[in-house]
Amino acid sequence: MTVMITLEATPDGAEHRSRALAAGLLLTGLVVGAALLSLVWTPYDPTAINVAGRLAAPSAAHWFGTDAYGRDVFSHVLAGAQSALAVALAAVGVGLAAGVPLGLLAAARRGWVDEVTMRASDIVFAFPALVTAVLIAALCGPGAVDAIAAIGLFNIPVFAKVTRAAAQGVWARDYTLAARLAGKGGGRISVEHVLPNIAGLLLVQATIQLSLGIIADAGLSFVGLGTQAPRPSWGRLLADSQTLAGQAPWLVLFPGLAVLAAVLGFNLLGEGLRARLDLKRGLFARRGR
Amino acid sequence: MTLLDIQDFSLTVAGRDILKSLSLTVAPGRIVALVGASGSGKSMTALSVLGLAPPGARIRGSIRLGGRELTSLSDREMDAVRGRDVGLVFQEPMTALNPVLSIGAQVAETVRVHTAASRAEAARIADAILTRVGLPADRFPRSRRPHELSGGQRQRVAIAAALALRPKLLIADEPTTALDVTTQARILDLLVDLVRRDGLGLLLISHDLALVAGVADQVVVLHQGEVVEAGSPATVFNTPQHPYTRRLLAATEPVRRQPAPPPPGQPSSLAAPLLVARGIVRDYPLPRASWWGKATHLRAVDQASLAIHRGESVGIVGESGSGKSTLLRTLLAADAPQGGEVRLLGQPWSAATEAARRPLRRHVQMVFQDPVGSFDPRWRVERLVAEPLALLDPPPGAAERRRRMEDLLVQVGLAPEDADRHPHEFSGGQRQRIAIARALAVSPDLIAFDEATSALDVLTRAQILDLLADLSQRLGLAYLVVSHDLAVVRALTDRVLVMQGGRVVEEGPTLEVLNRPRHPYTTSLLAATPTLAGTQVA
Repeated sequence: MTVMITLEATPDGAEHRSRALAAGLLLTGLVVGAALLSLVWTPYDPTAINVAGRLAAPSAAHWFGTDAYGRDVFSHVLAGAQSALAVALAAVGVGLAAGVPLGLLAAARRGWVDEVTMRASDIVFAFPALVTAVLIAALCGPGAVDAIAAIGLFNIPVFAKVTRAAAQGVWARDYTLAARLAGKGGGRISVEHVLPNIAGLLLVQATIQLSLGIIADAGLSFVGLGTQAPRPSWGRLLADSQTLAGQAPWLVLFPGLAVLAAVLGFNLLGEGLRARLDLKRGLFARRGR
Repeated sequence: MTLLDIQDFSLTVAGRDILKSLSLTVAPGRIVALVGASGSGKSMTALSVLGLAPPGARIRGSIRLGGRELTSLSDREMDAVRGRDVGLVFQEPMTALNPVLSIGAQVAETVRVHTAASRAEAARIADAILTRVGLPADRFPRSRRPHELSGGQRQRVAIAAALALRPKLLIADEPTTALDVTTQARILDLLVDLVRRDGLGLLLISHDLALVAGVADQVVVLHQGEVVEAGSPATVFNTPQHPYTRRLLAATEPVRRQPAPPPPGQPSSLAAPLLVARGIVRDYPLPRASWWGKATHLRAVDQASLAIHRGESVGIVGESGSGKSTLLRTLLAADAPQGGEVRLLGQPWSAATEAARRPLRRHVQMVFQDPVGSFDPRWRVERLVAEPLALLDPPPGAAERRRRMEDLLVQVGLAPEDADRHPHEFSGGQRQRIAIARALAVSPDLIAFDEATSALDVLTRAQILDLLADLSQRLGLAYLVVSHDLAVVRALTDRVLVMQGGRVVEEGPTLEVLNRPRHPYTTSLLAATPTLAGTQVA
């Protein structure tokens, strides 16, 4: 018999992680809330042009000021959350839908299937998302779908590799052999045993990919490949105002802060969730005496 | 003169008495064995000596080391005692060692943490100690990492790290439980040699009476935190006073139950065998030396053949790496052999497709070694036990399934309500009972056991062996028992195969092979296995 001497995480560490989770939930809640709110209400029409009131500094009437066309920046930032989230979520959806089955397949079949899947992933990895987006834009024209396809394509190998690595860990456990002896095939074992045991890890990876997706979307729309005018977008708001940054700093400040809040929020959420999962694994690790 | 002197020591954690006025002494050059089943408080005694009792524990009594009272020392003062005055060796050397540090650095680090030794000096000390524990520098360069060593060699490194500061007392907590018998014997020899030649005091913690019988000067039997018996091994084992000691002794050398009578009709050996394997060869590919290098492989099983008849119990013994687990996986058609063939019930098995095998799968089930890893941690017992029921044609409905499952749980000594719990809520022995219930679910003809009792203490092991003997008698089951534990093989099997380096080197009726071994390897396996018989002569 042995007694496991567990070095308990210092209370500070645990507190730090639960604070990360709380801060992550708050920031992502803010961004998601903004997107939902903008569906039903914005202070002004975010696309309404008012040349007379152009480049107004932040005030009670225009909280974040107005841009070169007199559009209300606050409304634009609220509505921009919609497209940022939509693109990032759809891209993560593409990555999950294609990457997870590929990873499960590679882990279950091993051998040449594994080799082909992983080398294909490496090839996709080798193309930066931006180059892919330019390619797709050249083929189908720029737009939100272009951004989703480019970022989503990049997400597929990420999820395939994470899934494969985690699934291999599960396949090494005796209970998958036990399931084979119970007559179950690779597909059923992948769905019934492997997937539930790696779901938490995939959730964490999804939050990280969401934050990367938001940066990528902002970058693509900054260079004009993402969401097209007149639909509001953070990246294009930044691009439109870059020459005016000295004159009207609020034009750069507020969309920049919005991108920061979203990225930081999803990252903190991921870190907090990861800590939670480790805690849960710890519960299972405390197996009997 | 005593080195360690524990007097009237009690430990209470959260209102539960873990240790009750425990007293024991260890003198230099002596080995004191602390024995007892899981949860008897053995490891807690070791942790108390090291000042590592759980936070919130209430302590009474005294622990003196070399005349110095330890219970009143502060944490900081205890830090100096740990490592410098007391060395500790754990059961699992892989988790006790840092995987990224070379073995030389591993030991030198301990020296540098506790003394002002320079880097070169620490390396020199580490080198000397590693040589002392049987790892000479010419064969084991100090730059080796733990994963490049075998389990026994890793345990030697752990012992070297514990001895780096020349402590006067060494505490070894189940130091050989994770090792196979031959390695275990060599590690024990090393510990005994350290005590006899270097004058170390050793507190040896173990659940295995036979193991301590051969080496200890004094045996202390612990039961529910209380010393129930203490004395020389000869006295304790020959004339045990306490009923608990007698139970432990009986469990250490389980006796063979009467073999099941052959089923009515023709004698079983004449009937067609249940499972036949002929000339099985299993190769593992090794990594290529370079991209264009020749593909090489390791032959794990080489021309192994065996047959198992209905109701018969067959054992496979051998040390780690002898190929017995690989052979088992092939017999269960979990892996395909590179040569030879396995047939089940006279039909193609290893050569068939998985689809063709499926209707036959219900005839063979398996119980695994690790009672933790063999269950999906997210599933409840009901679903776990019922998983193989899909093999039945037609599969039972929900109500029938539940009834059957409760039946099975009762059959293996669990309660029907246990169906709704998760595997981590059970003890190791209970989890093996769940595994057995699962194996029984489809009424198989043959159950294979891969070291199924090696993670259990002797008392639990004896209970599981009783259950298995009872089940085979009632249900006429055939068993295939793979184990390095000769006591288990002796208690459970009719016939045994001895494997070495992938080959079957000896085969015959169990008692004959174990009592009159013909192959030198079998003889060495038997010699390495500790028994109580030695003490009775002494």
